[in-house]
Amino acid sequence: MDHQAGTIERLILSMRGIHKHFPGVHALKGVDLDLHEGEVLALLGENGAGKSTLIKILGGAHLPSEGRIELFDQEVHIHTPHIAQELGIGIIYQEFNLVPHLSARENIFLGREIRRGWVINKTEERRQANQLFDKIGIHINPETPCYKLSVAEQQIVEIAKALSQDVKILVMDEPSASLTPQEVKGLFNIIRDLQKQGISIIYISHRLDEIFEICDRILVLRDGEFVGTRDIDKVNRQEMIEMMVGRKVENEFPKHHHPIGEVRLSVEGLRRSSVVKDVSFELRSGEVLGFTGLIGAGRTETARLIFGADRKDAGTIIKDGMERNIQSPSDAIAAGICLLTEDRKGQGLVLMHSVKENFGLPNLDQFSAYHVLQPKKESSRFQSIVKKVQLKFSGQEQLAGNLSGGNQQKLVLAKWLQRNCDILIFDEPTRGIDVGAKYEIYLLINELAAQGKAIILISSELPEVIGMSDRILVMRQGEISGEIQNVQQTSQEAIMELAVH
Amino acid sequence: MTTIDKLKRAINGFIAEYGIFLVLVFLIGLFSFLTISDEEYEGTAAAEQMAQVIDHDRMQLRVVIVASTSGPDIRMAERLEELVSGRGHLVLKRINGTPPDAGKAFRELEAEGKMVDYIAATKSVGSWTIVTQAHNKFKAFEQAEIVQPSSSRFPRFLKRDNLRNIADRIAVIAILAIGMTMVIITAGIDLSVGSLIALAAVSCALFIQQFGGGAEAGPMALILCSLAAILFCGMMGFFSGALSTTFQITPFIATLAVMMIARGLAYKFSNVTTIPITNDSFDWLGKGRMAGVPVSVVVMILLYAGAYFIMHWTTLGRRIYAIGGNTEAARLSGVPVNRVLLIVYTISGLLAGLGGVITASNLAGGAATYGDYYELYTIAAVVVGGSSLMGGQGKIFGTLIGAFIIAVIQSGMNQVGVESNTQKVVFGLVIVGAILSDKYKRKEISTLQLSLLLGAVALVGLGIVFFLRSIYPDA
Repeated sequence: MDHQAGTIERLILSMRGIHKHFPGVHALKGVDLDLHEGEVLALLGENGAGKSTLIKILGGAHLPSEGRIELFDQEVHIHTPHIAQELGIGIIYQEFNLVPHLSARENIFLGREIRRGWVINKTEERRQANQLFDKIGIHINPETPCYKLSVAEQQIVEIAKALSQDVKILVMDEPSASLTPQEVKGLFNIIRDLQKQGISIIYISHRLDEIFEICDRILVLRDGEFVGTRDIDKVNRQEMIEMMVGRKVENEFPKHHHPIGEVRLSVEGLRRSSVVKDVSFELRSGEVLGFTGLIGAGRTETARLIFGADRKDAGTIIKDGMERNIQSPSDAIAAGICLLTEDRKGQGLVLMHSVKENFGLPNLDQFSAYHVLQPKKESSRFQSIVKKVQLKFSGQEQLAGNLSGGNQQKLVLAKWLQRNCDILIFDEPTRGIDVGAKYEIYLLINELAAQGKAIILISSELPEVIGMSDRILVMRQGEISGEIQNVQQTSQEAIMELAVH
Repeated sequence: MTTIDKLKRAINGFIAEYGIFLVLVFLIGLFSFLTISDEEYEGTAAAEQMAQVIDHDRMQLRVVIVASTSGPDIRMAERLEELVSGRGHLVLKRINGTPPDAGKAFRELEAEGKMVDYIAATKSVGSWTIVTQAHNKFKAFEQAEIVQPSSSRFPRFLKRDNLRNIADRIAVIAILAIGMTMVIITAGIDLSVGSLIALAAVSCALFIQQFGGGAEAGPMALILCSLAAILFCGMMGFFSGALSTTFQITPFIATLAVMMIARGLAYKFSNVTTIPITNDSFDWLGKGRMAGVPVSVVVMILLYAGAYFIMHWTTLGRRIYAIGGNTEAARLSGVPVNRVLLIVYTISGLLAGLGGVITASNLAGGAATYGDYYELYTIAAVVVGGSSLMGGQGKIFGTLIGAFIIAVIQSGMNQVGVESNTQKVVFGLVIVGAILSDKYKRKEISTLQLSLLLGAVALVGLGIVFFLRSIYPDA
């Protein structure tokens, strides 16, 4: 952090009084943002606070309704993403924009191919791609198709793509969401390098640990309003959370301990090719069993096998002392097991359908007689369940796709609460959702455990696993590599030890 | 809230949901306007109408009736004389003949020194010089007023025969479009329906001929043969479904294969001829009427009501939408995806079979050429009706409106006198237009883009017209 030593950096970007109106929504209410040369600025806020809108305005995807943007003291009008690129603004969105079957090189130069006459000059592209990877300090073969790259490598391709356009400002939206801890370290090294080269970075993340590690300053938005900005060494975690949620927060993980009952689920010798190798464990009533490990360790895959979403090669699933033959998700649901998937948009919800229809989907048998729907029953159950999960929505016909991330997760939760399963598997339930919604989901997990439900909590966020579980299983390369019984005495290091070696 | 407010809200809701309905109304209006033509009263109807005009006065009127020698004119003249004298007026002369005949009669009246109040003439006779100039030439006609049957202006397009024709023509495509809507909402497609029409028609005709007893077949035998043909198509639909679920072949390819198989089988079964159905009672389904409405249209309406119920009031319908919206989310919510898809493709096959039987009944036979291009018209109806080929969205009544739009365009162009090859071009443009207007409404394209495209299409269109004029000057 050498540049923090007191030199006043040059102001690169200044956004002043930015307003944005969408039909019926005032998404940004006069937000100011300054960015200095070589600075890493954390943009913080709950979902729906207006972070994405602000970034999209900067990237030319939205036009501001009001406000002024200055770049190097010149007023600019960013009407299209193309203009943003030309001005040296690079944005790496949370969902990557890579074409899976094109190579890293082809993706980097997509739309701006280097040509000799009519023909693409592959040699030159390859040379430049290698140069970019050198600059980043991680080498990827430019000819590898992107679908063969790991998530971290894909991210490096995205960064290379941004750098290839000579960026001055690089925006990263939740860059660490799907990276393993080592990969996050690698990413931070890259960010520090870029910083030294004078590139300014706007970093968006819900992981507060990372913010303390990599950012110089934070800027907090709440409900579309500018809350404030602080230098990182003048703020603590508690204050940061309070700025975001706008009230006092006493306890990040409100764990309650309930008496743990009899065995509800026991899994024996679960196996699927090389992804899940011989996984066995037991789960008790009232217990929250944390499942952690690196990405690709087989946690999600194990959950999918229990739920019947994928076909298992071997293994038995015994629920309440009875062996269940689970071939499909509908078998699992019938057996009282449900899975809240990590990918809410892709697997949890039908985004183009209404919140009520999404709520009803797994419960149609309860809301129908002889296959004929009973909408009144559905509506009244919907009303009472959404009240319980505190879903914020405008009406039963609102599309699920228009909910914020946290509310989408609550909707997924609502539909499974109605199902009233005995065993709930939560796969990364708080990924990408804000502090306030996280807290509410923790409370619901507590309540379910108190009712005697058995819960599996899959999470990569170690503080969350430690804070919320009664017992922790660590997975590594498709196997359970360790069990932590005494959760209160454990540390992140102890878990990492089990996950890595 | 008052009733009027409720009504307003209901109408606004309907228009928001089925904006395409306005397009249908517009098209009907357009073709009605284009086909407005003069319609003259003839024969006794003309006589009655003219008698009304003449009868306005209480006093005794003196009338001369002039008409040609055509059948309707003679009837008109006779009836008018009867009516006018029946009301106490005086018919001085009744002339059925040529202009010289009229001239002769007028001179006679002049010689007799009579005065005439009215000349009653048919439309064509009213334009003879001798009639129009009578008041100048003859003293007897100085006061005479010419009365002619008035013409009414009425759009040919809206005549009952034409409307019935549209309904007849659309019934089969609209029935196929029900199944297609369901398939498309699951994000699939069914290319086989056109061929299944041929297969059903041929098998139905063949069954009646071979097993049903031909011309002597009783109603039970006819029903059984029809059901057998429909079930056969249902099986073909099931086969498409099985290919695209269990065997993971994309629906486009699976149904393309079934389309070829079915068409080929239809040719094989019919031995490349038309198998006639000589049984008279069989044409009830295709040609019969119930209270003036074609039976096929009644069937269509019932099926639409049933389909609406399935799509919006049953678990099956909800699941169909969910699968199209997000297959994986639906599966992980416990929806038996494969089973639902099998049901949907089977329904599509069964409905195509029914369409084929109706066609066979209407045309009194089965031939392998039936239903050519019907899959494309059907898809067009569904898409024009607002369903998205991406799945998850679509409305069953939207499809019905889409089907009517297609029929209205076809029939309207026939009425206006556009020949069939031009119709195809227009038809293609209408499909593009429907999709674009939808995209425009959803703001996926800008006004500028839309007007540029329309301009380009218009320019290219004009170019093509001039090109055709220059190489085929006679056409």
